[in-house]
Amino acid sequence: MKHWGFKISKPRVLDFDTANLDAYNRLIEKVPSAHRCLMCGACTATCTANLHTEFNFRNCHLMFRRGQFDGLAEELDKCMLCGKCKLVCPRGVNTRAIIYNLRIVLSDLNYKKIES
Amino acid sequence: MMDKKVLIIGGGPAGIETAYSLALQDVKLVLIEKDADVCGNIKNWDKLFPDFKNASEVREKLIRKLEHPNIEIITNTEITKLYPEGNSWFAKNDAEKIFEADAVLLATGFEVFDAKRKEELGYGIYDNVITSVDFEKMYKSRKILTSEGRVPQRIAFLNCVGSRDEKVGNHYCSRVCCINAVKQAIEFKQLVPDSKAYCFYMDMRMAGQFYEELYRKSQEEYGVTYIRGRISEAAVTMDNRIQIKAEDTLSALPMKMTVDLLVLMVGIEASAGTTLLSEQNNVLGLYGFAKPLGLYSEDNMTAKSGLFLAGTCKRPLTLPETLADARSATTDIIRYLKTTK
Repeated sequence: MKHWGFKISKPRVLDFDTANLDAYNRLIEKVPSAHRCLMCGACTATCTANLHTEFNFRNCHLMFRRGQFDGLAEELDKCMLCGKCKLVCPRGVNTRAIIYNLRIVLSDLNYKKIES
Repeated sequence: MMDKKVLIIGGGPAGIETAYSLALQDVKLVLIEKDADVCGNIKNWDKLFPDFKNASEVREKLIRKLEHPNIEIITNTEITKLYPEGNSWFAKNDAEKIFEADAVLLATGFEVFDAKRKEELGYGIYDNVITSVDFEKMYKSRKILTSEGRVPQRIAFLNCVGSRDEKVGNHYCSRVCCINAVKQAIEFKQLVPDSKAYCFYMDMRMAGQFYEELYRKSQEEYGVTYIRGRISEAAVTMDNRIQIKAEDTLSALPMKMTVDLLVLMVGIEASAGTTLLSEQNNVLGLYGFAKPLGLYSEDNMTAKSGLFLAGTCKRPLTLPETLADARSATTDIIRYLKTTK
C-alpha cells in the first residue's frame, strides 16, 4: 500500500466526559491538602530536580487531577523527595506526600509498578 | 437645616442608607424609586457573600430605616429629566410631575449585564444556560434544577460574563462575580453533595475580607474545581445538556466537558437611569457610569454643585461598600446645605 505520509494522531483535547476524574479522590483521601493547590508553580520553581531535568511537579499534579496518566509514573521518578516544594507552598499543600501517594495510586492503576 | 430639602433618586441600598443618615441630621428629603418596591438589586438575592447572611434580613433593616418622619417615599416614579436652575434642582418624570430640592443625590445603581449579548454562550437559546441572578432566584426555593426538572450532577460557573471583555465594551472588572461564584458553588454543593462543580475563571479576584478564606474553603471542604480558562462557546447535546469548550490554560491543552447546567456570572453595568441623568448634567464617566469630581475626597461630589453620587451609579461596588459610600455622601450633602444660600 502506498504511504501518503498522513497518520492519525491522538486527540490533544482533554475530554472531561471520558477522563478518569475519580482517581483524584483516592489522592484526596490520603492528602486532603491537595484540594487547596492553586497551581501557582512555586513548587516547580524551587524544585531541585527541575534544575537538571524537565520534571514539573505542578504539571504532574494537574495532569493527574485531569485524569491524564500517560507517562506520569516515569515523570514522578525524577523526584528525589527532598521536600523543598513543601516549604514554599503558600497554601500548605503537602506536595511531598502527593508525589509519594501518586506513585502508589498510579501503581494500583497499573500505570507503573513500584520497584521495591 | 430644616428649611432645606434633598431629593434622592433611587431607592436601593445607597439611596436608603443616605436617606436615613440625612434624616437623623434633621434634613427633610424625598426618596424617589422607579419600581413598586424599594431595595433595588438586592431584592433578587437570597444569601450574601462572604458570610451567607440572609439578604432578607438586610432588606428588612433597610426598609425599617425608611420609617423616619423626615423621609417621604415616592415609588413607581421614574425621573427622566434632571436639571439645576439658580440654586435649586428640578427633577421631572414622564408625566411632567416636578420635584424641587436644594440638593440631589444620584443613587440610581446598576443593572446586570444582559447575557444574551454573549450569543456564543447560549443564554436565551439553550434552557440549561442560566445567569447568576437566575441561580439566586432558584436558590430561594432551594431547588436548583435543569429545565427538565432533573437535579444537576455536574454544574459549571463561568466568570467575567460582560466584564473584562472589550467585545461588549466593558474593560472593567465587576468585582463581585468571582466571590459570588464561590458562594453559589458552595450553595450548590451543599444542596447536591455528590455533584461536581467547576468554576471557569481568567483571574480569581478575592480582594475583599474573608473572600480568600471562602475560596479556600470551597476547594478544601466542598471540592469545587477551578479551571483557568474562558469558555469560548456552549452547544447543546441530544439530551439537552450543555457542552462547553475552553482551554485548560494551566496545562495548555484544549478541553471539553458536558454539564447539566451552565451558570453565567453576569457583571455589573451602569443602569439606564444613571447614564441618562449623568449625561443631562455633563457628569457622564466611562461605560455609562456617573463621574465623581475626584477619586479621593471628592468621590461623592460631581462637577455640578448640589449634585451628589452614592453607590453603584459610579462603579461596581459590593453591598457593604455601597452602604459606607452612602454614609460618606451624607457628610458632603450636609456640608453643602450648610454653606449655600
